[in-house]
Amino acid sequence: MSTDPVIAQAEAGAPKLAVEMVGVNKWYGEFHVLRDVNLTVERGERLVICGPSGSGKSTLIRCINRLEEHQKGRIIVDGIELTDDLKRIDEVRREVGMCFQHFNLFPHLTILENCTLAPMWVRKMPKKEAEEVAMHFLEKVKIPHQAKKYPGQLSGGQQQRVAIARALCMRPRIMLFDEPTSALDPEMVKEVLDTMVELAQDGMTMLCVTHEMGFARQVANRVIFMDAGQIIEMNEPNAFFSNPQHERTKLFLSQILH
Amino acid sequence: MSDSTSGQALSPHAFVSAAFREPEPPPTSDRGPLRWARAHLFGSVPQVLLTLFGIWLLYAVIPPLVRFFITDAVWEGTNRNACLPADVGHSVGACWPFIWAKINQLTYGFYPADERWRVNVVYALGALLLLPLLIQKAPYKRLNAIVFFGVYPVLAFVLLTGGNFALRHFLLGYLGFDGLFPAGAEVGGLSVAFWADFILSSALLALVAAGISRAVAGPGAGRGAARSTLIVMALLGVVLLAADVNFGLVPVETRLWGGLLVTLVIAVTGITVSLPFGILLALGRRSKLPLVKISSILFIEFWRGVPLITVLFFATYMLPLFLPGQLTIDGLLRALVGVALFASAYMAEVVRGGLQAIPKGQYEGAMALGLPGSLMMRLVVLPQALKLVIPGIVNNFIGLFKDTTLVLIVSIFDLLGAMRAAFTDPNWATPTTLFTGFGFAGIVYFVFCFGMSRYSMALEKRLDRAQRH
Ligand SMILES: Nc1ncnc2c1ncn2[C@@H]1O[C@H](COP(=O)(O)OP(=O)(O)O)[C@@H](O)[C@H]1O
Ligand SMILES: [Mg+2]
Repeated sequence: MSTDPVIAQAEAGAPKLAVEMVGVNKWYGEFHVLRDVNLTVERGERLVICGPSGSGKSTLIRCINRLEEHQKGRIIVDGIELTDDLKRIDEVRREVGMCFQHFNLFPHLTILENCTLAPMWVRKMPKKEAEEVAMHFLEKVKIPHQAKKYPGQLSGGQQQRVAIARALCMRPRIMLFDEPTSALDPEMVKEVLDTMVELAQDGMTMLCVTHEMGFARQVANRVIFMDAGQIIEMNEPNAFFSNPQHERTKLFLSQILH
Repeated sequence: MSDSTSGQALSPHAFVSAAFREPEPPPTSDRGPLRWARAHLFGSVPQVLLTLFGIWLLYAVIPPLVRFFITDAVWEGTNRNACLPADVGHSVGACWPFIWAKINQLTYGFYPADERWRVNVVYALGALLLLPLLIQKAPYKRLNAIVFFGVYPVLAFVLLTGGNFALRHFLLGYLGFDGLFPAGAEVGGLSVAFWADFILSSALLALVAAGISRAVAGPGAGRGAARSTLIVMALLGVVLLAADVNFGLVPVETRLWGGLLVTLVIAVTGITVSLPFGILLALGRRSKLPLVKISSILFIEFWRGVPLITVLFFATYMLPLFLPGQLTIDGLLRALVGVALFASAYMAEVVRGGLQAIPKGQYEGAMALGLPGSLMMRLVVLPQALKLVIPGIVNNFIGLFKDTTLVLIVSIFDLLGAMRAAFTDPNWATPTTLFTGFGFAGIVYFVFCFGMSRYSMALEKRLDRAQRH
């Protein structure tokens, strides 16, 4: 399915459903953040999640790689159910890559070391091979010549592309993006989105929290709208944007699209 | 309007530059020594006052020091007469011959003269191994570190004490099973009873470890636990063997050690033990496991709460009362353990400060990549946290180095103790002996502490340069 040989290799023999969430509930203390969320994502599908600030979008996708713990319901990622079992959590995290709003690169390591760290220590890949894989993906995000620099020496857009490459080096089957462009200067948004579009064209399963509606129209199979911890609307992008059903969705879209 | 390069083409209210300006070199007005002095020394009235005060301070401090330590100082002589103003004919500063006469006592304490070469070898080897470790460009860092932290301490221990310890009992022996082994039998100077005990104990420990991890972490974990236990016991065995074998060195009791030797032994042990222990304690204090967390907190707060003098006093005079009769622990070793535990507690809090400064995003970035907790700490969090607290760590090292003088309270004679012992020599009783001695000790301490301070600053700069421009 994928045109990228490295990604295609990682896909072989994967279960059909990438993510399955059944009746997921989560509380922060007394605060009910996720309320009965049901969601399935198929392999190769691109999902865009939008919604007002504080509606629980980040919490939702952070539950998928267990950066947050859900308290009720089931989450099955790549055929592995997330429970308290640390071994399974590590297994899931190996298969799920994630990019954050603030990149979270490791400032004390070079770009190349950022990319080879997890493959070498988690996948036990020999250094040379890890570096080859890292260079492959750094070329893919178009910054191979920065490999010897430190994250602090790169622009925001470049750092976010490195973060994408770093996640890809683990050859994940699923990629999560949590507002990857909201901390960027406007002129850098495009370079990151272009990278993500390319990734989508390679057939990666992606869940993106983003308000970049152009991106959603271009690559998403489905758009999800969240409010107050619930998924209140889900549709394919054209219908979602041209004919929103819910009042909250209409209001939200009018605010961000004007 | 036609002159597009003059920059005045638009109306006087225009905020738009009329022409593209090429970059220019910066103005030179703030260069030159006179201008620099005006800007930095005599810029304002308070600045002028501060400058004058600084000059006066230098004038008041430096000439007397130079006079005492250099121009008025006596450099040669064989006894106190050389340093008496009445005999010399002018006022006398430092009495350096006193230091020359006592230098052996200050460096080795009462270490037997014929065996001092052993101390020298330890000093030289230490310097030889430490230096390339500190220089970033030197090759074989890993091997160097293994030798310095693993082999060197054993070697130094055997050289300094003489080795050939008559090891008699291991675990089983102390637990009351001595009867199992033939007492007195020896092979090549090694007690059969001890080594049989050691091997049997190791095997039993490995079995116990395997059993426990099987029960806790499932059937697959037993083998690994047994293997790790055996590896640790094998390493311990090598160390014990080195201490047990007779190399033909004359044994030198630690009572005889003294001077700089003791200062360095205590300081270096304290420093090398306190950093890893402090890191473990700091991690323990932030652990999610309540038992680990509480015991770390108790340990840290206990050792921070009691003065070092109390610790040393307790370790030396009270501990023997609590230990079973056959178990005696060397006096210096007791002080060493006290200092190391004390320093670890302080180090733990410094490291914790660094850990707290690492943003949550770093943990999440590492977790999202699938790095398990231990690797996340080792590869991502600790390197950054430790770098942040280098000043605090070195501060602790320097404090520890100087605190070693407190062992005087338990009759261990470090550099300062040896110096005070030297003062009592009537051969060198002169009006300036005391000042000379303390001045010299001060210089020695300063050289070590300033060296550490400079090295840490260079290290910080290097790490900073690597990560910024
Ligand atoms: N660690 C936390 N503790 C308590 N409340 C939190 C925590 N993280 C997020 N929240 C709250 O949960 C709600 C949803 O947060 P989040 O998932 O980050 O929203 P979004 O990403 O949609 O802006 C917000 O109201 C936020 O204040
Ligand atoms: Mg968010």
